[in-house]
Amino acid sequence: MNQRSSNLLDEALGLDQASEPWPLKGRVVAIEDRVETSGSFILHHLLKRSLSRNSSNVSIFIAFAQPFSHYDRVLRKQGWNLVSQRDNGRFFFFDMLKLQCPVGDEGITPGGGLIALYGKIHKTISALPEISQKNVSIIIDDLSLMEVAANGSSDHVLDFLHYCRTLTSEFDCSLITLNHEDIYSTEDGSTFLLQMAYLADILIKVEPLATGLAADVHGQLTVSNKGRNKASNFHFKVKENMVECFYPGRSRD
Amino acid sequence: MAKSICIALREGALEGELAPTLTIKDSIASPFGLQVFDHVLSQLFSSILAGKSPSQGLILVSFSRSPSFYLELLKNKGINVASSDKRIHILDCYNDPLGWKDQIVEISSTVTVFREVKHMDKLFNSIIELGRGLVGGGKIRFSIAIDSVDEMLRRASVSSVARLLSNLRSHEQISSIFWLLHSDLHKARVTAVLEYLSSMVASLEPSHQLANGQRGDLENFALIEHNSKKGKFHVRFKKRNGRVHVMSEEVHMEQSGINFTPLTSEGAINQGLVPKVQFNLQLSEKERIDKANVVLPFEHQGDNGKPLQIYDGRRSLVDSKHERAVAVENVQTKEESESESESDRQRGEIIYYRDSDDEMPDSDEDPDDDLDI
Repeated sequence: MNQRSSNLLDEALGLDQASEPWPLKGRVVAIEDRVETSGSFILHHLLKRSLSRNSSNVSIFIAFAQPFSHYDRVLRKQGWNLVSQRDNGRFFFFDMLKLQCPVGDEGITPGGGLIALYGKIHKTISALPEISQKNVSIIIDDLSLMEVAANGSSDHVLDFLHYCRTLTSEFDCSLITLNHEDIYSTEDGSTFLLQMAYLADILIKVEPLATGLAADVHGQLTVSNKGRNKASNFHFKVKENMVECFYPGRSRD
Repeated sequence: MAKSICIALREGALEGELAPTLTIKDSIASPFGLQVFDHVLSQLFSSILAGKSPSQGLILVSFSRSPSFYLELLKNKGINVASSDKRIHILDCYNDPLGWKDQIVEISSTVTVFREVKHMDKLFNSIIELGRGLVGGGKIRFSIAIDSVDEMLRRASVSSVARLLSNLRSHEQISSIFWLLHSDLHKARVTAVLEYLSSMVASLEPSHQLANGQRGDLENFALIEHNSKKGKFHVRFKKRNGRVHVMSEEVHMEQSGINFTPLTSEGAINQGLVPKVQFNLQLSEKERIDKANVVLPFEHQGDNGKPLQIYDGRRSLVDSKHERAVAVENVQTKEESESESESDRQRGEIIYYRDSDDEMPDSDEDPDDDLDI
């Protein structure tokens, strides 16, 4: 049941193909969510898929939003122990909640923290065994908080994302990011979302239903997959330990 | 038309002329700009290799994609880069544009890494240097392709980017130059600046405009899906003689690549303008003929000398004959003028030509458009 109901999302992302250890390699996945419909469940889902799919898959999680204990709790409900994965070298957690970006310090700019972060990620991937180097997922939660950490400079964040993208070319890793669509309402702010939309190979929009709130359906997902030239739209409901995806009108409850 | 663009770029500049310059412009609603760029790039480079162009080499400045992507792309199009490495060189502004990396792994001898993209003058010098290294000095020309100017605009001011492009365009060794721009990432005036610098502007637009604010609409989603595979391709040419040509095509994204086809018939567009209601707003052929045969009031139909009898609906036809010779204070203005003109038949005539016969009903034409005051 767990496997089957999430299949619409897996199908749209290309994860239903069993041939490769990590079909998202080399791709950039951008998730855009809203206040009414949080998209963090997709991050959890992809993290779970990455870990469960193949033992050589490695995930690097860059967290600005929540501490490690939060993700550990969420994944534990889905049957995964992040602590042991971290100890086994399959899960790397960069806790950015403690990142300080000093302004005005000698030689350290607001972007300096991001340059150092990039260096750390590059070093981590280079130190992996070769078989894992090809199957790395870099997950960022979330970009708006990264912008806050960079003192509001979206340029620095875009530069950082560009360098992460060079990692997808160099190492074939995948980059998965989460951003909030409804916080950018001004003219200047909306270009950041557009930049991400251009950068992304797969764009996932998590939105409420056009008709309003409902008990059975939490929202709808629109997945635009540039590589496969395909777009999918379906509804979802977030449950205790999984997410159920179905076409409109076909909820099981 | 895509072919005409490639021909113009291939032919290059004449002596004393600015280099033909192309801006490829797209937006998120129709994001095929990169594919069009790839198409133009491979066409131009094939022409250069085949000796069909006065340009002897191509410098590719890559910001958005890795140089290995382009080497792979050309290989897939059947172009052997290894044997042609004296004709193409890639300035790599993708892998380390800001100098964050400690060390760079060299991909191939056809690629040079550039690490200071914030400095437009250094970029200009590197491009010219590479070009001269490729084709030699003197009067030998080379072409330039810039992956996307968006990255340049993000990191430097509009004026410095415009200066760089303008200097490239007027350089004596540049045969032709083209670049890609995502128009919705910049203010309209920035896009306008680049368009002014170009002799050709190719813009990609979605086949169907999406209605704003209609989130989650299934119809909107169907349009999104449609727009992800097809679009409209408009090209504006500034010719040497000063005339401007605008041409349009349809563009399709397929597995094999990008395809350009002529636009479908205009009828398809007109049908889109007529609102979808339950009434039949069109005329059938018979209805059209009948309409043409209707005798309209207040028009001179009597051209065979017979006095015109216009029935005004108030008096019988017989009585009106007696009234006609007498000048009466009649409040109906049109009839009065007609009847007066009847009595003045010996002196003059009023000839009325309808000028709205050609106009289709519900047409948007403003009849005051050709007023010449």
